[in-house]
Amino acid sequence: MNRILPVLTVIAAIVALWYAAAVWMNRAWVYDQAARDGAEVSFLQALPQTMTLERPVLPAPHQVVAELVKSTFGMKVTSKKSLVYHGWVTLSATLLGFAIGTGAGILLAVGIIHNRAMDLSVMPWAIASQTIPILAIAPMIIVVLNSVGVQGLVPKAIISAYLSFFPVVVGMVKGLRSPDAMQLDLLKTYNATGAETFGKLRLPSSMPYLFTSLKVGIAASLVGAIVGELPTGAVAGLGARLLSGSYYGQTVQIWAALFAAALVAAALVAIVGLIERRVLVRMGMAR
Amino acid sequence: MTTKAAPVIEAKGLDLVFQTADGPVHALRDVNLTVNKGDFVSFIGPSGCGKTTFLRCVAALEHPTGGSLTVNGMTPDQARQARAYGYVFQAAGLYPWRTIAGNIRLPLEIMGFSKAEQAERVERVLDLVELAGFGKKFPWQLSGGMQQRASIARALAFDADILLMDEPFGALDEIVRDRLNEELLKLWARTEKTIGFVTHSIPEAVYLSTKIVVMSPRPGRITDIIDSPLPKERPLDIRDSREFIEIAHRVREGLRAGHGDEV
Repeated sequence: MNRILPVLTVIAAIVALWYAAAVWMNRAWVYDQAARDGAEVSFLQALPQTMTLERPVLPAPHQVVAELVKSTFGMKVTSKKSLVYHGWVTLSATLLGFAIGTGAGILLAVGIIHNRAMDLSVMPWAIASQTIPILAIAPMIIVVLNSVGVQGLVPKAIISAYLSFFPVVVGMVKGLRSPDAMQLDLLKTYNATGAETFGKLRLPSSMPYLFTSLKVGIAASLVGAIVGELPTGAVAGLGARLLSGSYYGQTVQIWAALFAAALVAAALVAIVGLIERRVLVRMGMAR
Repeated sequence: MTTKAAPVIEAKGLDLVFQTADGPVHALRDVNLTVNKGDFVSFIGPSGCGKTTFLRCVAALEHPTGGSLTVNGMTPDQARQARAYGYVFQAAGLYPWRTIAGNIRLPLEIMGFSKAEQAERVERVLDLVELAGFGKKFPWQLSGGMQQRASIARALAFDADILLMDEPFGALDEIVRDRLNEELLKLWARTEKTIGFVTHSIPEAVYLSTKIVVMSPRPGRITDIIDSPLPKERPLDIRDSREFIEIAHRVREGLRAGHGDEV
């Protein structure tokens, strides 16, 4: 109970602020409309109209929620207007990209800790890769892959992987290096091989770091998948929904798609968190 | 000392110089020591005297820069490959993701014992350190003293003749330490292992050892080697006896002498 109250207070404050902003931003349109009709409207008369516009500058919260509910539950999931359909298109690219990114990130991290040349050479490139705006590189990836005949899901997944491998590399390098000198010495006294040191000490030690990275990585994957949908002029996916919304000034649709993306991201992070909890409890690392 | 048994550890003119950014550091200089089978040897001295470094040389975790060192008649590296010793560190260093039994199994897995033999050995050493029944617990469920006992069990599991212990009870309180000291003596009597034990507690060194090596720093060297006349059977109250106090006095003198020529 004493956790719910503060949360509700913050939400109420945000919603109130949002309504105020909606009224403030949309009133100009309402006044213009009235002026064109040669009518004079008072503030109180304008107030309800600012929240029901078809193409508001800022839609009111209830408009977004209504659109979200309608396009999620009110449509057949195969319909081009269904957010479930678009959400699934984006989600599948996200998951594939997340898998590729995580795999690549772990492999790079293993290489970095075992090979001095990789240690010195890979990290700067990995960091550089993240300083390039994804919006700049995404179209190039799409074009290049298209020219070799790869289309559809895979290019989006690769853009998604491009964003998600980085936190995994950083986290895993840190995690695989987390055993202290004493623990490494102990294995040395057993005359353990490098592979045994890796499997029995480094890898289990890195698990908490890995999961922290995965939480960042899966959210980044979703962003990557959405960004990957923008330059292709894709017809499906949450990114496509955002794009078509902006073409036709459908601000309500844009906001609904944004919220859908946020909800998917929150759900994905929560699922990773749940798996983390289960794994760490089984490993005896969480109480 | 009897002369017929070959020495387990033999150091002759051992030197170790670390090259650091501030110039060379003489960690060990001209260390001469013979440890025979079944000895309980304590290394005592202030920090920086090289007592841990010497133990690490025996374990082939450090490599001397001069002199000779043999362990069971082999080089330390060969001895390590032959799994001649078990090493107990200052912290228990148990893997939090393994149960107590799983931790003790760790060296056995690496050394390739069969599953059945692993289980049998884990049971045996758990018994030896009086932790029977705790095999399924995770480390965090045990007290610090019990964790350190588990780490001793881990070092005993693969039947090395030599047990090297680097301030194993340093992080524990006095009462737990007394109990573990008593148990360690019993364990030593039962297993007849050769034990090298680093400490900076004078009573601990005198109570446990058959041979006390007093060391002093800068450069790390041996200032006195005391063969203890105390009987093998040692109840805790032996610490109030005249002989005990005399040996403790001699250790203290040795430590003071080591400091004297420095200041």
